[in-house]
Amino acid sequence: MLVAVIWSVVRHFRAVTVVLTIRNAIKSFGANQALTGASFELRERELLALLGPNGAGKTTLIRAIAGRVRLDSGEIEIFGEKVDATGRRRLLAVVPQELALYGLLTARENLAGFGRLNGVPADQIRDKVAWALDWTGLADRADEPIRSFSGGMKRRLNLACSVLHDPKILLLDEPTVGVDPQSREKIYDMLEKLRAGGMSLVVTTHHLEEAEARCERIVIIDHGSVVASGTLRELLEKTVGHLRAVTLTLDRPMPKGPVGCESADHGRVWHTKISDVAAELPGLIQSVRAAGCRVENIEVRSPNLQAAFIALTGKELRE
Amino acid sequence: MISTLLRIQWTRLRRDRVAQTLTFVVPIIFFSIFALIFGTTGNGKTPSVRLAVVDEDQSAVSKRVLAALGREDGLKIIREAMPRSSAPNTPRVPIDRERATAMVQDGDVAVALIVPKEWGKHFPDFGQEGPEMELLADTSNPVAPQMTFGLLQKVAMSGSPDLMMEKGLKQMESAGSGFELSTKQREQMTTMLQQLRSSAEAADQEAAAETNAAVAGVAAAPGGGAINVKKVDVLGAKKTNPAIAFYAAGIAVMFLLFTCTATGGSLLEEAEDGTLERLLSTRLGMTGLLMTKWLYIALVGVVQITVMFVWGAVVFGLELWSHLPGFIIMTAVTAAAAGGFGMCLATLCRSRGQLNAVSNIVILTMSALGGSMVPRAFMPEGLQKAGLFTFNGWALDGFLKVFWRERPLWELWPQVSVLAGLTVLFLWLARRMARRWETV
Repeated sequence: MLVAVIWSVVRHFRAVTVVLTIRNAIKSFGANQALTGASFELRERELLALLGPNGAGKTTLIRAIAGRVRLDSGEIEIFGEKVDATGRRRLLAVVPQELALYGLLTARENLAGFGRLNGVPADQIRDKVAWALDWTGLADRADEPIRSFSGGMKRRLNLACSVLHDPKILLLDEPTVGVDPQSREKIYDMLEKLRAGGMSLVVTTHHLEEAEARCERIVIIDHGSVVASGTLRELLEKTVGHLRAVTLTLDRPMPKGPVGCESADHGRVWHTKISDVAAELPGLIQSVRAAGCRVENIEVRSPNLQAAFIALTGKELRE
Repeated sequence: MISTLLRIQWTRLRRDRVAQTLTFVVPIIFFSIFALIFGTTGNGKTPSVRLAVVDEDQSAVSKRVLAALGREDGLKIIREAMPRSSAPNTPRVPIDRERATAMVQDGDVAVALIVPKEWGKHFPDFGQEGPEMELLADTSNPVAPQMTFGLLQKVAMSGSPDLMMEKGLKQMESAGSGFELSTKQREQMTTMLQQLRSSAEAADQEAAAETNAAVAGVAAAPGGGAINVKKVDVLGAKKTNPAIAFYAAGIAVMFLLFTCTATGGSLLEEAEDGTLERLLSTRLGMTGLLMTKWLYIALVGVVQITVMFVWGAVVFGLELWSHLPGFIIMTAVTAAAAGGFGMCLATLCRSRGQLNAVSNIVILTMSALGGSMVPRAFMPEGLQKAGLFTFNGWALDGFLKVFWRERPLWELWPQVSVLAGLTVLFLWLARRMARRWETV
């Protein structure tokens, strides 16, 4: 009895927190297997990075969630219900990778048009457009045809056109491609505001540092299926571990290095890995000094997403 | 450096099928179409003119002249027809004056010839004393009456030399000039006239081909000749600027097709730009999107045709206001069908470049065959029938029924039905082909 109650509470908790579930998604285009059993979950108010090499299946997965690709098999659930059986897809929106905007229309006209097409009531359009112009920082250019806009401005407008109807889930396919660092910062700030407002977001990107810095969880997909998922720390634990890479450059070659070190450049450069920098690094420096050498430079590198990504997907070119 | 650039350009052309089609195939297609229209499959003959004949005289002379006329390659003589508005398979009856007039008005024949009573008695009528033949014509086809007139003069000369000579001698004798044949001369003359009479038919056939070339010149000569002919315009006589209705309809329909196809191409543009993907993610759906685009294209088409006809009315005196109901009906169904055609072609093609090539070929071919460039009346009969397989043919027939033949509105039903049917067919095809943009 107690177990049943606990299980019921757990299920209720899951239904509230998991907004999107993809289970064993399989899709082939002729002989090309785009998805081979991808599964992952998106939680409420989460910013999730969906990463993978080119051709890994990210865009197919996004399009399948959006209803633009029909899976051969597998399930997609939104708020615990299958999307095919309900009008649940209305709860999600997609920001396409292409700048899907009308160049001859102004920013205001683009927003109003796509807002109406997405079902924003006529009496709310004006307020929604005003909010979007303010949110994107385009209020002062609202009535100019957007063909004269910069790439970053178009990207922001492209994003805004998808969210006027207040979707609960937002899928973004490379929202920062081809824009400068300032625009990327602005776009992630915009996404953060959406998340704070209760939206859950999935972002595909090749900018790993963005995913590392901005996303709570990361899903890595390769060859059509998820090869790892979790927080950055979890991914690092699963792949490259938590050890820091240390590189010591000496003033002259040292014939025999400290225990656990590997030499390069004929004994002048030494590599090793340590788990506690404060505790282990002084001992390393001391052993160098003891051998009569002087340390010219020390480089300590933390494990990062790039290393984990390469460890999971390999270095082989995909296209 | 020049050779490198030339090689690059040539390689690009070799790999661009659209450019190859536009460069080599399209000119050949159009050359062939115009060769068919104007060259009549290359045998150099003028297309036959359909001529309805009513012989009210029924004299030996009229029968002889009409028989000689019937042997002309340039004419297709029609003596019998079904009564107007009769059911199919109704027996044909000899054509009378009223039916002949109706046939010209309906465009069934290019021209009709009425031989009035007592005409034969006065032939050849150099003094213009007897009744005149009547040539009922549709002024939209200026060639047919001229050609018929010329051939009439020709067969009068070559088909009835005996009658010409006899009449000439009688006129000289009766003129009081003192000229009179002796008995022997009269016997010789009678023998000669009999020989002329018997050989007239054979000679007539041999001369026909040579004379054909000269017919235009004879026909163009102002009045006179062995046969007096009165030309009666049964269509267009009251019109202030009769040719404008033809050109307005022809050009309007052709450019409507170009406009509709270009506008339909916005669908491909949306697919290339990514806005189609976004639109399909909204509540609109593919059917809604196609119907909206079709409606827009059709409305643009209505505005385009209206602007063109208003311009024609204001600047060239086209009688638009007196034909407004028919104009509205034909404009609506033509624009609707052209919109469907544009959508169909756009969904058929994979890119804007492909659409441009295909639309140029299809629209110009249909326009040439359908009568937008050259009135179908000027084409050989086979090509005239082929024109009915084109969009332009039906649309033009409808507009011409309104503006030229001034038929009652209900008589537009064949054109309206076909164009409405084409609209449904085009939209159905477009919807089928648009599936490739939907869920895959």
